[in-house]
Amino acid sequence: MTSSPTLIFKRPDAMSENVTHYCPGCTHGVIHRLVAESLDELGLRDRAVGVAPVGCSVLIYNYFNVDFLEAPHGRAPALATGFKRVRPDMIVFTYQGDGDLASIGMGEIVHAANRGEKFTTIFVNNAIYGMTGGQMAPTTMPNQRTTTSPAGRDVNKAGFPIRMSEMLSTLKTPSYIARVGVFTPMHIINAKKAIKKAFRLQMEGKCFSMVEVLSTCPTNWGINPIESTKWVKTDMEPYFPLGVFSDPERGDD
Amino acid sequence: MAKRLMKGNEAIGEAAIAAGAPNYFAYPITPQSEVAEYLCWRLPEVDGVFVQAESEVAVGNMLFGASASGKRVFTTSSSPGISLMQETISYMAGAHLPVVFVNIMRGGPGLGGILPAQSDYFQATKGGGHGDYRIIVLAPSSVQEAVDMMLWAFDLAEKYLTPVMLIGDGMIGQMMESVEFPDKYREENNPDEIEWALTGAKGRKARICKSLFLNPEQLEENSFLLAEKYKKIKKAERRCELYNVKDDNKIIITSYGTMARICQTAIDELEGEGVSVGLFRPITLFPYPEEELYAEGSKKNIKCVLSVEMSTGQMVEDVERIMKGKKKIDFFGRTGGVVPSPDEVKDKVRKILRIKK
Amino acid sequence: MAQQNEVVFAGFGGQGIMTAGQLLAYTAMEEGKHVCWIPSYGPEMRGGTANCTVVVSDKRIGSPIINHPYSACVFNRPSLEKFGGLIKKDGLLLINSSLIDVSSERDDLTEYLIPVNDIAVKVGNPKVANIIMLAAYIEMTGIIKFKSLKNMLTKKLGKKKDLLEINYSALEEGRKLAKKLVK
Repeated sequence: MTSSPTLIFKRPDAMSENVTHYCPGCTHGVIHRLVAESLDELGLRDRAVGVAPVGCSVLIYNYFNVDFLEAPHGRAPALATGFKRVRPDMIVFTYQGDGDLASIGMGEIVHAANRGEKFTTIFVNNAIYGMTGGQMAPTTMPNQRTTTSPAGRDVNKAGFPIRMSEMLSTLKTPSYIARVGVFTPMHIINAKKAIKKAFRLQMEGKCFSMVEVLSTCPTNWGINPIESTKWVKTDMEPYFPLGVFSDPERGDD
Repeated sequence: MAKRLMKGNEAIGEAAIAAGAPNYFAYPITPQSEVAEYLCWRLPEVDGVFVQAESEVAVGNMLFGASASGKRVFTTSSSPGISLMQETISYMAGAHLPVVFVNIMRGGPGLGGILPAQSDYFQATKGGGHGDYRIIVLAPSSVQEAVDMMLWAFDLAEKYLTPVMLIGDGMIGQMMESVEFPDKYREENNPDEIEWALTGAKGRKARICKSLFLNPEQLEENSFLLAEKYKKIKKAERRCELYNVKDDNKIIITSYGTMARICQTAIDELEGEGVSVGLFRPITLFPYPEEELYAEGSKKNIKCVLSVEMSTGQMVEDVERIMKGKKKIDFFGRTGGVVPSPDEVKDKVRKILRIKK
Repeated sequence: MAQQNEVVFAGFGGQGIMTAGQLLAYTAMEEGKHVCWIPSYGPEMRGGTANCTVVVSDKRIGSPIINHPYSACVFNRPSLEKFGGLIKKDGLLLINSSLIDVSSERDDLTEYLIPVNDIAVKVGNPKVANIIMLAAYIEMTGIIKFKSLKNMLTKKLGKKKDLLEINYSALEEGRKLAKKLVK
């Protein structure tokens, strides 16, 4: 009898072998993996449909072994609504950045959440427009420099960063809404738990679910990857506190 | 099946169910809100899907998502709402997805008015949104024809994998006429039998439904694929109807939808006065029945091709293009919700022929 | 030439104007005729005049828009003012004389004054004024068979026995008066 080596780590089945185009230090790759692992572990890969956004993760469908739809900017929640309503037996998720979800797609996400559409949204908040070259986002921090706020975000003119999770959790309709980070291993473990729970709730037909993930953009922030993870902790987290804002299993809705 | 007296708006909704498309996403807008008011109770009876969306932008995109499932889906709206859906129509054309849009046209531009008009001809037939694409455009002139066209529209959308738009005016939506539906309603599609539908990557490679091609050669390839499709559509799907077309016609009128019926009455009355006028009614506006119009319009006895529209002159540009300067082209139109009367059409014909009343 | 008849029903919202037109259209359709019912729509749905046009024809109907109808049944004064002048020469005009105390002052058409509201009260329900007018119109024009209309009412009101009886009476009253007037 020969002993075969024990497999302790592998690429999730839901991920493809393509190499991502993301910049060094960007945490999109980590978040992709957490989504893929969740789909694998819940056995959902072969009945899942993802909806891609416009933004850095526009090509997300290249990195997954999952059927995908490519949405117009901000409209992913509407596409997900349409698909899920005619195929309630399938598992539908959107993957959106902050420009996509909190700016141009504000209407779609609010109404999808309010109707209690039974799909899952992964909301990646890195406080900037990445793909278009580092412009100010609705989540850009006060005084943060971007290519359209070179002197820093002026809250008197641009307002304060929008806290999407808090805002959506004010809706009366039951939902699961959590904000997580991926800037330390411990945070990654917690983020995975939240994402998996969001998919499980969809599986059970319970409610709309959204996990907001604080992410990085070393390229457009103009700092190195290590500084970037620190900046999420020191500058973003105090304004965007981590936690569960709405949970149908907590009985607070 | 027994005849029923139905409003155009309601009949259009019922026809979609008959076509195996009980999946409706919509936003209210006059003069077609009765479709939603009808389907909100009718669709649950057939286990269909009814969603009142937050905006027409969302409607379009809900259709986009739902269509990718392989099921038949549709919406109805009116001019300003259709403008908001142009984003999605462009995306769906690019992604080769079938869908049916109904535009019960009202006067524009802008918020315009709520009364019947035909001022969205350019928007419907020339693409409407950004990019190199067209959609199939059908123009019913009666409630029964609207029903028959709905059945046809879904077949066309699936045959060519393209958005199809029915354009009627407020009159078609609001009037009641007798109408018959097929005895047997079509079953809904089984997504597992559709080779492009997103059904989950089970035992096959993942499918991607998209209009994004960052590589210019690939985007060009997709655009040529679309162009090829439109060529086929132009060849196979042109439809028109001739009325009172005879060798002694002096004028041939081109007109579609409700306007064509008004012209029909004018033609009957002119015939009684000894003035012979024929009617060329395009049923498909894209593909336009170009060869047919040229054949009828260039006949020796024809002095003038007269385009009559509820607009300030849109289809007439196609008529001019098709007739290639062969005959005199004239135009008569009222717009903004003002519907030309048969008398006005008759006056225009008399004026062209220099006949004193 | 094929036979085509056009009639405008016009009055206040709530006078059963649309219903009268639809009953006529339904019945004519059942008799195998081509029919088209067109409402006025939009802001004038509230408060102002409500009107609908019914076209009944032996052949496919051309224009659904009728600028000069053959006939009109007007239920209030604004409707008389709006449509009185539009009716075709040699046409027919029925005026609800319960609410309108003037006439069209046209001598090129046939005009009858019918106090439909007063008759409706006599019959026992002010809401059947529209049915009385419709019955009179049918009796005068023969556009559809009286019996067909009665059958249609039976079909539509089937289970509401009391209402049906009152509607039958309204039909008879309208018909009786029309016979008297035409004579």
